[in-house]
Amino acid sequence: MTDQSETISSNWFSQLAHPGMFMRWSAYLIWPLGLLSIVLFAVGLWFAFFHSPADYQMGETVRIMYVHVPNAWLSQFCYGLMAVSAVGTLVWRHPMADVSMKAAAPLGAAFTAMALVTGSLWGRPTWGTFWEWDGRMTSTLILFLIYLGLIALWRTFEDQLRAAKVVAVLTLVGAVNIPIIKFSVDWWNTLHQPSTFFRADGPKAPASIITPLLTMTLAFTVLFLLLHLLRMRTEVTKRKADRLEHLKIARQQKGA
Amino acid sequence: MIDLGPHATFIIAAYAIVSLVTIGLVGVTISNVFRQARRLERLEAERKTGA
Repeated sequence: MTDQSETISSNWFSQLAHPGMFMRWSAYLIWPLGLLSIVLFAVGLWFAFFHSPADYQMGETVRIMYVHVPNAWLSQFCYGLMAVSAVGTLVWRHPMADVSMKAAAPLGAAFTAMALVTGSLWGRPTWGTFWEWDGRMTSTLILFLIYLGLIALWRTFEDQLRAAKVVAVLTLVGAVNIPIIKFSVDWWNTLHQPSTFFRADGPKAPASIITPLLTMTLAFTVLFLLLHLLRMRTEVTKRKADRLEHLKIARQQKGA
Repeated sequence: MIDLGPHATFIIAAYAIVSLVTIGLVGVTISNVFRQARRLERLEAERKTGA
């Protein structure tokens, strides 16, 4: 009974993982994710500018948090997704795992860059400095450099399957930076404040701030899922086109 | 327009940069979807005609 159910589950998973099948089911998600993202951004921005009072400490600059926190969250979420995909590549040799890793890296780099820039723009009026080499900021900068390194590594290999294995190993090595980013504010005495949102004892901020923060975080997360899906679909199409291109060149060489 | 106080420049700059990068990401992603789809279509047509 267990063997049979495991086989059924494995077949279902394999079918979903097949690139052709992925292209079919993922097509149905594009418009719903796009529309959901637009609605969430509209609601989130309305809350951020018209329904959120100035914070008693940060003043009006609290509004920067509504774009900074979602980008900081996605910078780590995206890396987590890449680490899971890396395990999928190395352990299960999942056909879509390396596609997922490759599709996510540039998005992760962009979201990390936005987290760093918006953090600096918030830091200047609040702390009096754009940058401080403290644990949170330095480890986030390292994350950005890791993303750039992984993107560069993908481009150095012509054989994408070989590249996937090397990138997967390095992605897992780089994953050690994620808990460092998360706990840096607890481990070291830093300028960056501890988490106010993702806490074991619940969010430590009033509802008027949590609502836009949560809505904008959801909006950016849905947008990330949409972009990741689109980039995965593009990568599948590109690999199919690359195979046809190679066949065409082989035909031409044979005919010459 | 609401009053963003003395640090309005920082708030506007943060939203402007995030908007530009986000719109850029969406634009590049969508353009790549169509570019690769057209490329695949062309190569499949060439294979059928034997070009």
